[in-house]
Amino acid sequence: MEKKIRVLVAKPGLDGHDRGAKVVARALRDAGFEVIYTGLRQTPEQIAEAALQEDVNVVAMSILSGAHGHLFPKVVDLVRGNGMTDTLIIGGGVIPDGDIPALKEAGVAEVFTPGTPTSDVVNFIKENVKL
Amino acid sequence: MDIAKELLKGNRLALSKAITAIENEYPEATEIMKEIYPHTGHAYVLGITGPPGAGKSTLTDKITRAYRAQGKTVGIVAVDPTSPFTGGAILGDRIRMNELTLDAGVFIRSMGTRGSLGGLSHKTADAVKAMDAFGKDIIIVETVGVGQSEVDIVKAADTTMVVLIPGMGDDIQAIKAGILEIGDLYCINKSDLDGADKLVREINMMLDLDSFMTDWRPPITKVIASQNEGIEDLIGTVEKHRAYIEGNGELTRRRTKRTRDEMLDILNSGINNFVKGQIVDSGRLDEYVEKIRAHDTDPYTVVGGLMDEMLKK
Repeated sequence: MEKKIRVLVAKPGLDGHDRGAKVVARALRDAGFEVIYTGLRQTPEQIAEAALQEDVNVVAMSILSGAHGHLFPKVVDLVRGNGMTDTLIIGGGVIPDGDIPALKEAGVAEVFTPGTPTSDVVNFIKENVKL
Repeated sequence: MDIAKELLKGNRLALSKAITAIENEYPEATEIMKEIYPHTGHAYVLGITGPPGAGKSTLTDKITRAYRAQGKTVGIVAVDPTSPFTGGAILGDRIRMNELTLDAGVFIRSMGTRGSLGGLSHKTADAVKAMDAFGKDIIIVETVGVGQSEVDIVKAADTTMVVLIPGMGDDIQAIKAGILEIGDLYCINKSDLDGADKLVREINMMLDLDSFMTDWRPPITKVIASQNEGIEDLIGTVEKHRAYIEGNGELTRRRTKRTRDEMLDILNSGINNFVKGQIVDSGRLDEYVEKIRAHDTDPYTVVGGLMDEMLKK
């Protein structure tokens, strides 16, 4: 019996590129996780449904466009509304420090900003994931 | 949550949890399989295989939409490779299927191969059964990008489609053994590229020389999946093959063989677990290895003795 950590790497909103998300996805793969990547321009509804169908332990979102204040909490609500109460939800991207407390209040467990070593993300997941 | 009962009631999260239990070999997976087994056997399983980059995911997306237009529900099991070095995987098949995500008649699950070498994961067949019991009409199994010899898909699918693209080698490739022997259907994707007609000729020549040919000659369909061209024709050949094997008893033969293989697999893994418990976990294996290494005894004698001992239990 093997409990493999499954992570959905998701890009909500209208970002033009996903370089950062791919770097994180690769780092998570190298940490031994199964990473489901769904590509650019996902709606919160698509992300929540993919998380459900894939039964992921972690939803890792990335936003560069500034829409995090709206989209991150929306995804949290939809994922929880699907009955996935244990799923760890984290975020990253270009996010001003001042916005982070509100995101955490909304249920985003941690927010990783530019310059974060990928190992921090891996360690955070290992320490906080519920299998 | 009672996973099996909820799954049979149509709860999507329960289906998802069931597949996780199956894939991770949780103890409750056996109970779930027992409970859902009577409800399986209704779905038709289409296998899609082919080399990396042939367009299997894009084709799966387009074929699914065509079946949805006919009012059929679809389950998709998409397999991607697990790293043999870290155990990690990037499962990226959903990228081509994003528009299907919010269609309530479609359920997509990505699986890593987790050490299996035949193009599927060990648990693909049971994941298919979970989707079957859930009530999907068609289940599409998309293999990892295969090389030449990953042919497990024929054991899992009712109809196997081999997807090829022009420009991947000369005509000797077409007469080698392996995946080019397993197609019930051949699909030439990206057929707007140079060499598509040549590839059709090469496959036809390969089929002309097939001495095991039944009266089903695998059709070859040219498509451009990204532009949705030729998909109706392709689905037509799937349905034709289905009618053919349903009509002549071949479907029953294939499913009987599958049941037989599955039963042997389950029996073997039960025996393996028993042996592991008796010999490996108890530490006796290490003792024997030490003795054999010192040439005090030999592995044949040891195994003979262990077999006698275990059979008495």
